[in-house]
Amino acid sequence: MNVFELQEKLNLDLVSGKEGTHRQVSGVYIGDMLSWVMAKAQQNNAWITIQTNLNVMAVAVMTDVSCIIVAENAEIPDETIIKSEEEAIPLLRSALTAYQLAARYAGAVDNE
Amino acid sequence: MVIIQRSYAVEKNDFTRAGEVSSQIKKIMKQVGVKPEIIRRVSVSAYEAEMNIIIHSDGGSIEFIITPEQIKLIALDRGPGIENTELAMKEGYSTASRDVRELGFGAGMGLPNMKRCADEFAIESVFGKYTKISITFDQSPDQME
Repeated sequence: MNVFELQEKLNLDLVSGKEGTHRQVSGVYIGDMLSWVMAKAQQNNAWITIQTNLNVMAVAVMTDVSCIIVAENAEIPDETIIKSEEEAIPLLRSALTAYQLAARYAGAVDNE
Repeated sequence: MVIIQRSYAVEKNDFTRAGEVSSQIKKIMKQVGVKPEIIRRVSVSAYEAEMNIIIHSDGGSIEFIITPEQIKLIALDRGPGIENTELAMKEGYSTASRDVRELGFGAGMGLPNMKRCADEFAIESVFGKYTKISITFDQSPDQME
């Protein structure tokens, strides 16, 4: 599944970083503590978080995740959106909780 | 492969430029064809080192060196130094302020992350003066792509 398909299947809003939506998604990582995510997130994971400050983009770049899904409609600062465009890392958003998003992802993978 | 050496200044509390040095380091490694697994380890370490200088120090620099055999990161700051480096190395121990924790930092994972990613890791600190972290990653020629 790529980010574009993930967006469709989980009914997510694409906030920015459209250029990166062809990237493959493999697994999910959930976390809000940046160093923890840095240590544990795997390449091509979809990273679900409620953290939206500019630093999440740096963590996404370093860990090579395929996209960031902002849960519970957390507000996203403009600077983060701009950086997402620059780095071509899709920033997606949903009203669902991290748990609900992960459960839907698992369901979507099962149906593939 | 040519030897590459870069030195970057990192300023105290500069959260808006946070991650720029490690992003540049990552780009250089990609350009010269360092193995992805090593790129990841060096990038994570560089980011942690950069954030440590921004969050905890009075400012400093990161030096980045690539040779055919090794990649080296040296983070040196102008203080205030670490009182107890043994404690600072412990997972989960952090002196980060509440404000910084709200940004998602202060998990107490920075130094342990760097050590875990590195082939060689050394920390040297004089309380009241400076902290110097030297991290080395091995890359044998057959690890190049």
